[in-house]
Amino acid sequence: MAEMDTSGGGGHKKGPGVKKAKKISTRVDLTPMVDLGFLLITFFVFTTTMSKPTAMKLFLPKDTDNPEDQNKAKETGALTLMLAKDRTVYYYEGQLKDDGSNFKSANFQGLRQIILDKKNSTPAEDLVIVIKPDTEATFKDVVDVLDEMTINAIKRYAMVDIAEPEVMLIKKTEETGGAPK
Amino acid sequence: MPRKSTSVDMTAMCDVAFLLLSFFILATKPKPPEVIKVSTPSSVSTATLLREGKVIVTIGKDGKVFLTFDDQDKKEQVLKTMNTQYNLQITDADVAKSKSVEAFGTPMAQLHSFLNQPASAQKPELLAGIPTLDSTNNQLNQWFAVIHSVYQRDDMMVVKGDGMAKYPVFKSVIDAFKKNDLMKFNVITNQEGVEAGTALYKENESKKAQTAK
Repeated sequence: MAEMDTSGGGGHKKGPGVKKAKKISTRVDLTPMVDLGFLLITFFVFTTTMSKPTAMKLFLPKDTDNPEDQNKAKETGALTLMLAKDRTVYYYEGQLKDDGSNFKSANFQGLRQIILDKKNSTPAEDLVIVIKPDTEATFKDVVDVLDEMTINAIKRYAMVDIAEPEVMLIKKTEETGGAPK
Repeated sequence: MPRKSTSVDMTAMCDVAFLLLSFFILATKPKPPEVIKVSTPSSVSTATLLREGKVIVTIGKDGKVFLTFDDQDKKEQVLKTMNTQYNLQITDADVAKSKSVEAFGTPMAQLHSFLNQPASAQKPELLAGIPTLDSTNNQLNQWFAVIHSVYQRDDMMVVKGDGMAKYPVFKSVIDAFKKNDLMKFNVITNQEGVEAGTALYKENESKKAQTAK
């Protein structure tokens, strides 16, 4: 049987003296196929996501008008944090003194230390952190403070409206350019 | 020197490309459409959201509020109930058009005309957002009242807020939640690592040690 050599690329020379039709190359150039593949990859990379977005679960307490039901916060165990603009945090322990002498300020880096100090110096059942964001505080600030509660394992905290005297104090402090740290 | 061939055999490259493609097709899920560009703040929380049936309250960085519904049927039901309760003159044709609407971001009175606008005018960037800041006219109250009654549950609310949005908008969203008994909600955040040495870190380590035992 005559040997049929149909394989081989188009570069091979025919056997000497054999007159056959010129063999067409069977090699396919795959460059466009690769382009197509990478195009589809890029499409999927930009339109899909591998992980579900993570979320912070928040629970709101029921507002009760009954004063006995409201959590009694001991003055000595309370730390009030006021969030103002430019990531500034004003804070005081216990009740706000009339002359504002216990009104201090910090930024977010120092916040964790302040919370830890308060936590270490108060018995666990008395510790309450009151968070009062003012109108210039951003969403990110609020989320960061709530995050700090989780990071430092603070069991009791509340987010309430800021009071008038505190707003005045913050305004005064901002005008004079910073409060005692 | 005789010239050598410069053509490279692309077979292997093609195999790699299709392997990567198969990986992405099988391992990923399509991203839900984003209403407006929101850069969410980060937090150490690792809880994941439930996949279906969420109601997303988006707060843009300028304080605009938009509502998005995952579930199309419930979306239509909410619209219909809003219409009957507050007399917004929304026809059935409008409700059918609401299928293609990405997000709601107009005052209630304008809902009827909003639904009849062409799709190009319904883009969230062009809308003014649901009015919330006026405490007497926090329309989220009405929306959430209807949402709560249609969905009959209180754990599907999600807040996707931009980090730069100011607190008063967030407060009005929370107030609207409270008024309508939606006591649980999720805030979408970017994943942040827990710093070593903190109380939460120690808690996580002890949990890991317990499950490893």
